[in-house]
Amino acid sequence: MAPRRVGITGLGVISALGHDIASFWNALVAGRPAIAPITSIDVSNVRFQNGAEVRDYDPGRHFEPAQADLLDRFAQFALVAARQAVRGSGLVFTPELRQRTAIVTGSSVGGQSTQDAQFLEVYGRHSPRVHPLTIPRIMPNAGASHISMELGICGPALTVSTACASSNHAIGQAFWMVRDGAVELAIAGGSETPFSFGFLKAWEAMRVVAPDTCRPFSRDRRGLILGEGAAMLVLEPLERARARGAAVYAEIVGFGMSSDGGHITTPSTDGPARAMLAALGDGNISAEAVGYINAHGTGTANNDSTETRAIRQAFGAHAGKLAVSSTKSMHGHALGAAGALEAVATVLALRHATLPPTANFTTPDPQCDLDVIPNQSRATEIGCALSNAFAFGGLNAVLAFRRV
Amino acid sequence: MSDELAEKVQSVIAASKRIPRERVSLDNTLEDLGLDSLDQLNLLFALESDFNISIPDEEAKSIRTVREMVEGVRKLVTGASGATSAA
Repeated sequence: MAPRRVGITGLGVISALGHDIASFWNALVAGRPAIAPITSIDVSNVRFQNGAEVRDYDPGRHFEPAQADLLDRFAQFALVAARQAVRGSGLVFTPELRQRTAIVTGSSVGGQSTQDAQFLEVYGRHSPRVHPLTIPRIMPNAGASHISMELGICGPALTVSTACASSNHAIGQAFWMVRDGAVELAIAGGSETPFSFGFLKAWEAMRVVAPDTCRPFSRDRRGLILGEGAAMLVLEPLERARARGAAVYAEIVGFGMSSDGGHITTPSTDGPARAMLAALGDGNISAEAVGYINAHGTGTANNDSTETRAIRQAFGAHAGKLAVSSTKSMHGHALGAAGALEAVATVLALRHATLPPTANFTTPDPQCDLDVIPNQSRATEIGCALSNAFAFGGLNAVLAFRRV
Repeated sequence: MSDELAEKVQSVIAASKRIPRERVSLDNTLEDLGLDSLDQLNLLFALESDFNISIPDEEAKSIRTVREMVEGVRKLVTGASGATSAA
């Protein structure tokens, strides 16, 4: 089968910026960060105090108690986002389509809160047992499994775990499956809920979390801010979407991967640059066609300067003409869900011809000398956009999208 | 009081990087000793554990030499014991 063009016909999101696509997008366009003191757990013994938490979330509004018992917060978010995406797509699943639909999710750490709480029982309280659903709640594939169960989807389903690149790898794999005809449809994205005490202490020990806020590319940046959330996309052959009269948000056109083969925590310039070029090559698009990059942009000293060099290496003179922003400045770094949240942001930027800004920006950094859209969103119609994700461990994944 | 504490900090550095103690001197930079960013995290962890202190991120970032590390630890240890005796 010849490669097919693949459209995005459904989007779903739950994040600190909002519990649906409209509120998420409105906050991004307004440049309104959702970074605030962490309240879901006691962080008085943690060196950083701020995060991007999902507020006002009531599981009871989404799940019957019996279903909620099975679901860690990260899997709940995966389901909430998948429901939105599928509902918005207007798809009607026939038995045949259910078998020809893939689910690919990303998660770096799975059910952290469950693990933390249950291990505390045995290590801290010397309880002789943990809850019997501990394993199915912790497993990082719980999101994919519950989406499959709830929607009756029985095609290929899997979860990718590549730290901060997890959901870009997930969306990319799903894209290739649909493009190549291995499946007829895919639901892809990621989910992460990192706010558990033990995990925050682990981040504290890495010394990369900012004590104030996330200021990507700004000279006074002091680190990343953790965020939580989930986002899912429905990927569908463009021809099929048009035949059924579905709205298409954007086209996904390319996926590129690379690994640094270098250091476990220090990123290279070459690996990310090769992943960006691979995405362009996979999509058969020229560097000059790209008008916007949703950067990995974590707000650490090292990432942002390295990513700047990588963009310059990949794009040459065109690097000075394209716009780059990091929406992590608003929704935080959602780790295994970051790529999915940012894919949604990128798709909406193409659709609405508006580029979300890098919020909290104060001072240009000569090491990050790109057009980083400081603080104010920008109305610009662009043809193609990339979304970058570069993981600890040197695993890089870049998605390319096109306006339709 | 310098010398016991300085000696201990240098021993922790040597043990953390798995190099002979005699390779570590006060005038070395951490870079001289081959400590990359991750080695430095491991070192800070070892120092925090061995001296029962908490080293703030910003102070950790500014440290380049073994001598600065010794002085940084001394300040925190003194501060900690001061707090204890005051309590």
